Amino acid sequence: MRVIVDLTRCQGYGQCAFLAPEVFAMRGEEALVYDPDADDAQREHVLRAAAACPVQAIHVEWMAIQRKGMRTAAARPPLGDDAFRKTGRIVIVGASLAGGRAAGVLRREGFTGTLTVIGGEPYEPYDRPPLSKQVLAGRVPADHTLLPHLSEIEAEWLSGAPATGLDVVAKRVTLADGREVPFDRLLIATGARARPWPNEAEATLDGVFALRTMDEAIRLRECLAARPRRVLVIGAGFTGSEVASVCRELDVPVTVVERGPAPLVGALGGVIGAVAADLQRAHGVDLRCEVTVEALEGDADGRFRSARLSDGTTVEADVAIVALGAIRNVEWLEDSGLAAGVWGVACDAGCRAFDINGLVTDDVFVAGDVARFPHPVYGYQFMALEHWGNAVAQAEIAAHNMLSDQMHRWPHLSLPIFWSNQFGTNIKSVGVPTFADEVAIVHGSVAERRFVAVYGNRGRVTAAVTFDQAMWLEHYQHLIEQAAPFPPASHAADRREPVIPVPAEMPDRIEATQVTVVVTGHDPAERRASLVRGDR
Amino acid sequence: MAPPSVFQRILDYSHRADPYPLYAELRKTPVRREEDGTYVVSGYEEIVSLLHDPRVSVGRPQPGEPRDAEKEPPSFLRLDPPEHDRLRRVAMRHFGPPHSPHQVDGLRPELFGIVKDLIDGVAGRTRIDIVDDVAYPFPVTVICRILGVPREDEARFHDWADAVIESLDPSEEGRPERLRRRENAVVELHRYLGGIAAERRRNPGDDLISGLVTDEGPDGAMSPTEVAANGALLLIAGHETTVNLITNGMLTLLRHPELLDRLRHEPDLAIGLVEELLRYEPPVHLRSTRIALEDIMIGDITIPEGAPIVLALAAGSRDPKRVPDPDRFDPDRRPNQHLGFGGGIHYCFGAPLARLEAQIALTELARRLRNPRLVTDPPPYRPSPELRGPRHLLLDIDGVIQPAR
Ligand SMILES: Cc1cc2nc3c(=O)[nH]c(=O)nc-3n(C[C@H](O)[C@H](O)[C@H](O)COP(=O)(O)OP(=O)(O)OC[C@H]3O[C@@H](n4cnc5c(N)ncnc54)[C@H](O)[C@@H]3O)c2cc1C
Ligand code: HEM
Ligand code: SF4
Repeated sequence: MRVIVDLTRCQGYGQCAFLAPEVFAMRGEEALVYDPDADDAQREHVLRAAAACPVQAIHVEWMAIQRKGMRTAAARPPLGDDAFRKTGRIVIVGASLAGGRAAGVLRREGFTGTLTVIGGEPYEPYDRPPLSKQVLAGRVPADHTLLPHLSEIEAEWLSGAPATGLDVVAKRVTLADGREVPFDRLLIATGARARPWPNEAEATLDGVFALRTMDEAIRLRECLAARPRRVLVIGAGFTGSEVASVCRELDVPVTVVERGPAPLVGALGGVIGAVAADLQRAHGVDLRCEVTVEALEGDADGRFRSARLSDGTTVEADVAIVALGAIRNVEWLEDSGLAAGVWGVACDAGCRAFDINGLVTDDVFVAGDVARFPHPVYGYQFMALEHWGNAVAQAEIAAHNMLSDQMHRWPHLSLPIFWSNQFGTNIKSVGVPTFADEVAIVHGSVAERRFVAVYGNRGRVTAAVTFDQAMWLEHYQHLIEQAAPFPPASHAADRREPVIPVPAEMPDRIEATQVTVVVTGHDPAERRASLVRGDR
Repeated sequence: MAPPSVFQRILDYSHRADPYPLYAELRKTPVRREEDGTYVVSGYEEIVSLLHDPRVSVGRPQPGEPRDAEKEPPSFLRLDPPEHDRLRRVAMRHFGPPHSPHQVDGLRPELFGIVKDLIDGVAGRTRIDIVDDVAYPFPVTVICRILGVPREDEARFHDWADAVIESLDPSEEGRPERLRRRENAVVELHRYLGGIAAERRRNPGDDLISGLVTDEGPDGAMSPTEVAANGALLLIAGHETTVNLITNGMLTLLRHPELLDRLRHEPDLAIGLVEELLRYEPPVHLRSTRIALEDIMIGDITIPEGAPIVLALAAGSRDPKRVPDPDRFDPDRRPNQHLGFGGGIHYCFGAPLARLEAQIALTELARRLRNPRLVTDPPPYRPSPELRGPRHLLLDIDGVIQPAR
């Protein structure tokens, strides 16, 4: 039976691990791992666990992720073009979390027309977060990650032939096998893929991996199970750090090489990054910061053997994991006339895509990792997130809006929530930490690695990060929503040290340099923007 | 004299059998200031937000509680982080995940056995009392086994537990006497548990108290006074809450006979049924241990620093702004996100145990009692408005069915 836990909601109460200990387990105090495809013999236990979850985050055999404020609105049908809702044609490109979720919501909201979902992988939609956690650790087989019951949504699922082109005017998607699929409305949910190692010859060495797909997870798991001498992780973002954590859990020696001053700096800044560095070292990770990998070296059989680092040292290892972030899957949109580039596909807060002129389109929608959208809470800055919760929430909004007229559309305003499990610690964040100039520890103790850090931007609370203190996150979420003053003046109960804001040490933003926008024409009716692509 | 406020009427014993219309009245002002400066919170969202608010402390001094925290430390129910978290972690090591994940689930066969014996015990009778015959002795036996406290001493701490609970009755009648009884009970209970703790330190068994005194985990063991305070908490919590859940459950089932019938044939029903009971007829109605550490804005009301806060959990769980059709009893409700066990860091420690106990007891009672009928409806209630439940629940039955198994 398929189970999914909305870990953006989970607060680590552990009730599920009490009541169904064969399916749910706490690694450390509040980091939950679970088997998403539990044995049917565990049915009664799983039902008990799901009923007991204090935040109702466990979904069994169906995927009705509830969100505040959506429930009542969803109960009445969205208002819009009735004929379209009955007989229209919707195409979704990308059959993963966002695409699958949108398909479910379209049907739930009463769309009875034709629905076609085009996927690029030979699997039913599956869940990626377990890949770098319980799957890699060998606790759960990779094929247990299929998302609950999405395949039973009445839709045509086309997999194996990815989309290669989009004609917005003729309203057609072209597939790799030459087929053309017409649509009235389109949802782009092609997500992202792992950024490969830049040197192609080195990247193809046996033992060099990236981690984004089920196939990659299966191969990497086999490698780790064979107990390599040492694993090299290149890049200490969330994925790299989680892989390192699994290596330590399996007692496999691991070296992590990170260009920045500490792990997780890109997402959480230098202050919290330093805590993450301590966490890694305390668990026996050989962590090398402010160092880069210059070359991967193989033996005569083409097997990866060692890596040369910028500080002149060499790391001998059998496995190298390239964890350098993600590239958005937008190549198929290159000639579509949409505002698609390395930053993703730009869209409005209602998920409607922009064309390259920055005009909003009517029938093309975007959701998930591939989307780049403005967030009013963050000064209307455009942002692209790689968050599970964002993919789900945005897909729900996109699906709703696809069926609604302008008057009844919803904006995607939910604050981003992210979680990561590593080294037995549950790290959660709400808001956008990179949108901050200062950070302060407001609760708990950094030395114990149980604390709440609050981020501020020009005197307002903009984000919060918890290490094993997820139960407090909601409070800080309210503070962000209210634009409460930073630092939060408070005599909170667990205040062992005075609150002293310090610079958050956010890295400079990396600009999208490969693409340039040029504007031509003088007359307002002729003035147009176009993209100039550089070398990739 | 001013007429009594809604909250004062809720406290009045005459409304014990059905406080729910008054809760609806109360919710018209979800955060409401009483004359004495106490804030009574009855809206669902408002309660949830205060349960997760670090500016709320559970350290509000309680009547009759020992003043000297050095000599008589409070239990973690009455402590804020970090002390709360440390003590709860130490206790959890011997009760649940991550350290002892199989502990509670592993008790299921034993729980069945105890219930079976209790129901066997009423065979041959035509009138039974759900409270005295099953709902009280069952969880008491279980918590004694878990803690490693001799069941023979039960009569003694039954009295102590009662004294503590009765002191929660905020009415003025006989108050000084009740407070004196409470102080004595607490002292004796702590002395009793301190004795057991000392004995287990020399001679540890596999019970929870032995675990607490010998713990070698990262947080270390509890001191003897900590063991006494927290052992007392578990003992009293195990005595005074699950009894109400089982009794309220039986009462509600008898008021909805079609559900009683469904429960006989549909074992899974017990799961949703118990959740709905925790929402609709919860054992814990009010919590009045909290206090604002600084001004807290909630909606357009500011709870001022130092103000006592009462959380009306039972009113929140029936808030129509959150729960559709809240006064309907519906065991198939999904999702069911009630406040029966509180929320946030003080979320009930014993919740998984209480759930299993109630699921098992109600299923077995439904299956085995032949033609059960209420003798009086409503039944007589115990005095406390905080931990609310029937004093007795008399049923007439046509006998007991012997299980085929
Ligand atoms: C290892 C790992 C661990 C993670 N852990 C966490 C975590 O702990 N917490 C968290 O919040 N998030 C986590 N994430 C992020 C989360 O999984 C993503 O945010 C989420 O998968 C995004 O969903 P999506 O549907 O937008 O995109 P994706 O999941 O990337 O799916 C896009 C799909 O589109 C397909 N596609 C691409 N191009 C085409 C095309 N041209 N035609 C047809 N199909 C195409 C792809 O094959 C893919 O199946 C993790 C991700 C990974 C990889
Ligand atoms: C149906 C039965 C029960 C109900 C309805 C119940 C309800 C509650 C509630 C509402 C709280 C929160 C108090 C607050 O926030 O102020 C709580 C806390 C607590 N409960 Fe229960 N309880 C039940 C059974 C039990 C049992 C059987 C035990 C012991 C094994 C137990 C042990 C505790 C403890 C130790 C706390 C304090 C937790 C903390 O402060 O961290 N409870 N309970
Ligand atoms: S919040 Fe729910 S899912 Fe998370 S650990 Fe607790 S019971 Fe499990």
